[in-house]
Amino acid sequence: MIRFFGMLIGLFFTAFLVYSFGYGAYNYITDPSAETAEHVFHKKPKELHLASDGVFGTWDKQQLQRGYGVYKEVCSACHSLRQVAFRDLQSIGFSEGQVKAIAASFQVPSVDPDTGEAATREGLPADRFPLAYPNDVAARAANNNAIPPDLSLMTKARHDGSAYVYSLLTGYQNPPKALAEEFPDSMPSPTTHYNPYFANLNLAMAPPLTTTGQVSYDDGTKASVQQMSKDVAAFLTWTAEPKLVKRKQTGMYVVLFLLIFTVLAYFAYRNVWADKKH
Amino acid sequence: MSFPWAKQYNPTNPAMQWIDQRLPLPRLVYNAVGAGYPVPRNLNYFWNFGVLAGFALMVQIISGIVLAMHYAPNALVAFDSTEHIMRDVNYGWMMRYMHANGASFFFIVIYIHIFRGLYFSSYKAPREMIWLLGMTIYLLAMATAFMGYVLPWGQMSFWGAKVITGLFSAIPLIGPTLQEWLLGGFAPDNAALNRFFSLHYLLPFVIAGVVILHIWALHIPGSSNPTGVEIKTESDTVPFHPYYTAKDGFGLGVYLVLFAIVMFFLPNYLGHADNYIPANPLSTPAHIVPEWYFWPFYAILRAFTFDFFFIPAKLLGVLAMFASILLLFFLPWLDKSPVRSGKYRPLFRPFFWVFVVVVLILGYCGGAPANEPYVMISQLASAYYFAHFLIILPIISSIERPDPLPASITEAVLKGETESGAPIGIDGTPDRHTGPAVQPAE
Repeated sequence: MIRFFGMLIGLFFTAFLVYSFGYGAYNYITDPSAETAEHVFHKKPKELHLASDGVFGTWDKQQLQRGYGVYKEVCSACHSLRQVAFRDLQSIGFSEGQVKAIAASFQVPSVDPDTGEAATREGLPADRFPLAYPNDVAARAANNNAIPPDLSLMTKARHDGSAYVYSLLTGYQNPPKALAEEFPDSMPSPTTHYNPYFANLNLAMAPPLTTTGQVSYDDGTKASVQQMSKDVAAFLTWTAEPKLVKRKQTGMYVVLFLLIFTVLAYFAYRNVWADKKH
Repeated sequence: MSFPWAKQYNPTNPAMQWIDQRLPLPRLVYNAVGAGYPVPRNLNYFWNFGVLAGFALMVQIISGIVLAMHYAPNALVAFDSTEHIMRDVNYGWMMRYMHANGASFFFIVIYIHIFRGLYFSSYKAPREMIWLLGMTIYLLAMATAFMGYVLPWGQMSFWGAKVITGLFSAIPLIGPTLQEWLLGGFAPDNAALNRFFSLHYLLPFVIAGVVILHIWALHIPGSSNPTGVEIKTESDTVPFHPYYTAKDGFGLGVYLVLFAIVMFFLPNYLGHADNYIPANPLSTPAHIVPEWYFWPFYAILRAFTFDFFFIPAKLLGVLAMFASILLLFFLPWLDKSPVRSGKYRPLFRPFFWVFVVVVLILGYCGGAPANEPYVMISQLASAYYFAHFLIILPIISSIERPDPLPASITEAVLKGETESGAPIGIDGTPDRHTGPAVQPAE
């Protein structure tokens, strides 16, 4: 009975699927689907090498501090960093005093101790980076109806995220002629900017890094657009996963321990089975 | 129930004697995974995966309990509490990556375990109940994993929950009401997140209970083996301890090395970047895909693009997807070949390997965007999936002429030698019976 009903069900599904396949294949061959602008013009992120890459990756703290400078001077005008606390900055090489000064340079939401009304105060190391806008409506109103996303997790929230951030920041360009000819609908509008590294090619964000020296670096590094983009990509790699290097270092010890365990377990296994053919 | 030559528990330590007389728990363990359980001596490394699955379940339960101490199942704070675990909880990142990748590794182990069962026909009499319980575990694990993926409340969590519960809305008449009832609302929100958390915490313990039944059922006929010939004499077996505890120790080591490499160096490789974006009901991700272990079934779901008279394509897809899993429960009655091991089934083998490739293709298509040519490929592959179980296997099992089976496990192992290495003094003709080696072991 089971085999009989199974056979009926199997014949139904198989026949139906083979028919669907035939129909789909016929359509696919006779009517190849039109390509989309994203399909043709979207580019994969450029190569980016950071000190934190690889099994033995470590933080380049100088670079992270420069990247923080770029965030503070440029990005923080519109983008929040809500998962990161000021105290976390100590782990990229800022001293306790520097962290206090950085925190104090931000105004965080508070309550007036006398009246109980909403107010702001200077940040403390325990505070997180304040939001750039009080709410989404304000964010939209200030940015042509686009909400600048929070950057804390940006490099993990995009495929190949660190390289993506770097590519996006350095990828602004004039739309290619072919785009205007083949996909006029995909040309940037007056409020968007062409960038082949962005998913739908047109980004509401104006090029944020445009001139050398836009951010003042105090470690002597030349603040070119490439360099600033690289540095802020490195910084956002850190904000997305502050425990990344610790994770890899822990992993080395764990894998080493487990390899020794496995070798010993293998010899124990061979020893136990030595007299037993199997 | 056991084999007559199974060692009896005979504690010499007075404390163990005292416990054993009052509560024979040490005896139970001794007979289940100790020297009191005779196991075929010829098991290959595929037989390591049962123990590994049990281990993976324990890792999930322990890491999950720790995570639940720091996680908050509320739609307003769930995402941030997950990040709190990643940033502020001591070794919280390790617990979370262990749990997230542990789920993937649990499924890798389960899939290899099922593969073993399919190739060596471990589901056949007298082991049907083990198979049924195993499939129950698999279903429960899928439900648990799905609900667990919702908990971080990222974009894929939210949209995955919406799509998967949306499957129930395809059921005629009651569908939309059923989906609302499952979610506790019109879309996933706090009510859904809370109940998913509650069930995600409950189900692993249900799984653990079914695992105990699974092992209990295993100990009635004893373990299967690569020849598919049942145990006949003591020389066919070795005691589980120390022989297989030692082998499982080595297998566990290899497993842990691979697990640690992924967990510490590629922790997000098996996940999806979109789940690091907080859930947003107003923004649909470009490609909504479930976790990789659901991809083959997701491909079957999406392979149905036509209405069949009054049955809409969506309902057909849902029916086919559930059917593709549920038909596995009927496998012991679909494949009636008396020979268990694929090693001795020349006709079964090529179809089986095609099936394995088809499942891998379905997995690939399930993770790919729902465009051509992936839909076409899924349709062809899904057709084979159903044909394999429901048409090909029943036919093969009645027309196949199996290769000659070895007379016993010992003979298969020694192949013309005795235990001491000298040739066996028989005339060299192997036993040519093709029927099942049906010899109920007590």
